[in-house]
Amino acid sequence: MSDITANAAVPHQSGAERRQPPVATTGLVAWARMNLFSSWINTAITLALGYLVVRWTIGFIDWAFLNAIWSVPVVNGQAQTQACREIKGVGACWAVVTEKHRFILFGTYPYEEHWRPLLVCVLFVALYIVSAMRRFWNMMLIPIWVVTLTVIGILMWGGIFGLTYVPQERWGGLPITLILSTFGLAFAFPLAVLVALGRRSKLPAIKTLCVLYVELIRGVPLISLLFMASVMFPLFLPEGMNIDKLLRAQVAITLFAGAYLAEVVRAGLQTLPRGQYEAADALGLSYWQKTGFIILPQALRLVIPPLVNTFIGFFKDTSLVLIIGIFDLLTAGKTSIVEPAWQGFGIEVYITIGLIYLVFCFAMSKYSQDLERELNRHRRR
Amino acid sequence: MSSSTADPRLASAGPPRRPIRLSWSDERLRAIVWQILVVGIVGAIVWWLWSNTVHNLEVRRIATGFGFLSREAGLPIGESLIEYDPTHSYLRALTVGVLNTLKVAVVGVILATILGTLVGIARLSKNWLVSKLAGFYVEVIRDLPLLLQLLFWYTILQGLPGPRQALNPVEGVFLSNRGMKLPWIEWLPAHSWALVAMVAGIGATWAYARAMRKKQYADGQPRKIWPAGLALILGLPLVVWVAHGAPFTPDIPALRGFNFRGGLTVSPEYFALLLGLVTYTAGFIAEIVRAGILAVNQGQWEAAEALGLRRGEILKRIVLPQALRVIVPPMTSQYLNLTKNSSLAVAIGYQDIVSIANTTLNQTGQAIEGIAIIMLVYLTISLSISLFMNWYNARIALVER
Repeated sequence: MSDITANAAVPHQSGAERRQPPVATTGLVAWARMNLFSSWINTAITLALGYLVVRWTIGFIDWAFLNAIWSVPVVNGQAQTQACREIKGVGACWAVVTEKHRFILFGTYPYEEHWRPLLVCVLFVALYIVSAMRRFWNMMLIPIWVVTLTVIGILMWGGIFGLTYVPQERWGGLPITLILSTFGLAFAFPLAVLVALGRRSKLPAIKTLCVLYVELIRGVPLISLLFMASVMFPLFLPEGMNIDKLLRAQVAITLFAGAYLAEVVRAGLQTLPRGQYEAADALGLSYWQKTGFIILPQALRLVIPPLVNTFIGFFKDTSLVLIIGIFDLLTAGKTSIVEPAWQGFGIEVYITIGLIYLVFCFAMSKYSQDLERELNRHRRR
Repeated sequence: MSSSTADPRLASAGPPRRPIRLSWSDERLRAIVWQILVVGIVGAIVWWLWSNTVHNLEVRRIATGFGFLSREAGLPIGESLIEYDPTHSYLRALTVGVLNTLKVAVVGVILATILGTLVGIARLSKNWLVSKLAGFYVEVIRDLPLLLQLLFWYTILQGLPGPRQALNPVEGVFLSNRGMKLPWIEWLPAHSWALVAMVAGIGATWAYARAMRKKQYADGQPRKIWPAGLALILGLPLVVWVAHGAPFTPDIPALRGFNFRGGLTVSPEYFALLLGLVTYTAGFIAEIVRAGILAVNQGQWEAAEALGLRRGEILKRIVLPQALRVIVPPMTSQYLNLTKNSSLAVAIGYQDIVSIANTTLNQTGQAIEGIAIIMLVYLTISLSISLFMNWYNARIALVER
């Protein structure tokens, strides 16, 4: 508008003071200027970092893909790793993963039965996906979990329906990691809710017990509990009664997770306005009615994102069973490079295992972020 | 609940006290019954486990007690802050373990705080590349198990060339599969005294700053603290050092035969553990710092600018004190996590308290005592850190009316 009038008033603006057009604020160049080169110091940082990123990326691609060896010949059951040793430091030796992937994933489970642990892993992932869908957030989840976990137990042990029996000592790899974390959380969560309620209780004896449990467990590292489970637990039980190692570790992980989850749940209970408690009391509900129908549904919803973060933590922490010699994914990876032919190719194995953990944890953390956004939608305008 | 009731009669009287009725509808009776029930069940379980344990110990002829602590340990320890050799007692060996744990925890906490703060600020940077790189780092490092990262770093360090082909990135620094070698100085009493002087100088500066602030509150005049502070913190140790004759003998590592002589050694185990703990914890600290800075309202910046404060001044006096309130509680739990996670040292062979206690319990068969020692040490460390951080948190907390 204004330039029309200006043009009308001064038809031919002679080059007296020709002004620069304003700096563009849209488009790729403008974006780069604003976000990468806004000042000379920013430009310097961008260039230096950009150089390093490009160099390292090229170096990594060279090592991981271009110079890498994907398989080696096997003579008389002995892998010939000469080629791998020659390019050490220059190229990756993915042959170790190609050769050992079955062992890393399923441990010493009988080779011809590997479809069973594979199916178990698929079932676990399906269970996670179903539990993550809000459509199933009702009483339906309980039978779904019970049925799936039972099927998983049958598949792993076998012994019925024509499946051969596989003793627990031969399980290993990814199924163990998934079993430890899933069963651990399935049992730790109800325990955590009870302990959190107990810690908020007005009954002094119950409160003291819960505080002691939570603070003692949170004060010590998980390793000490796992040692306790593997070394001390046999002393606790009457003679003749023996619990296998996996179950003992499972108990330790459950107790540990319970204490941490209890604190998360307690935070939710504390955030809930007191009016909710008082309104429930005014309706004449009993303690368990009040808790079950009014308090927990709201309190748990408030803490879903930190709960998922705690789940991620425990999924990672199950790897600690390596120290007491239980054959989970990480232990299987570490064992796969003990063989002399494959010694020294740990980096490749650890990167592969890291990717598996990363996929699971990243999915969970993205899910928790989306959920948080979803659940807080009513707060945003 | 209703302490602020308007009617004073209601406030003072409260519900009338009745004697407990023997009926299930009496709330107090139910409370007592429930508590007795729960305590009874827990007590019964504990008693059952205890009696089993006593019986099992008798059957296996294991003598309980901490008498083994004074026996000769006979376990070799690679690195130690105090003088130690295998002829010393178990107690001494365990002390070495505790010191090793503290050595990695203290250094780790400091480095993780620095790295985490840098990454957290970088993630908020206006530079797209910087913020994306920081975000990538945080996402990846937090989604990998710490144990896996430790094994990864340890494998890399073990894969380094031997001492003869050691990497030499900077003059005097050598990286090989025997660890890292750094130049150092020959440590003499003069240096210890200078260190003591420095600590005293820091304390004196703190007291001086306090006194000056009191004066400023009285008359409103700001006073410069840094000249006196500099003199006390750097000048005082320097004077002490010169007074002792200013001894300075550089101790530069050099290759002699198959290994290095001289210099400061950082063992591969310690290096890998520190690297893993610091990079892992820094990922979490970065998120805490970022959340803390974002929690300070933009209006606070603007208001401070309107008052005419300079940018550094705003950060120091307005933003950081408010951000710290959000940062300190989660930071405390990260420090605790780092300390507890240092127990993973046992997986890569760094001899911390868990590793040494584990060897001890394997050698002596004193399982209960060994694990009790581990737990006791960590509980003590955890409680001390929590107490300190709670004190600090209370000090910086918002003073409400």
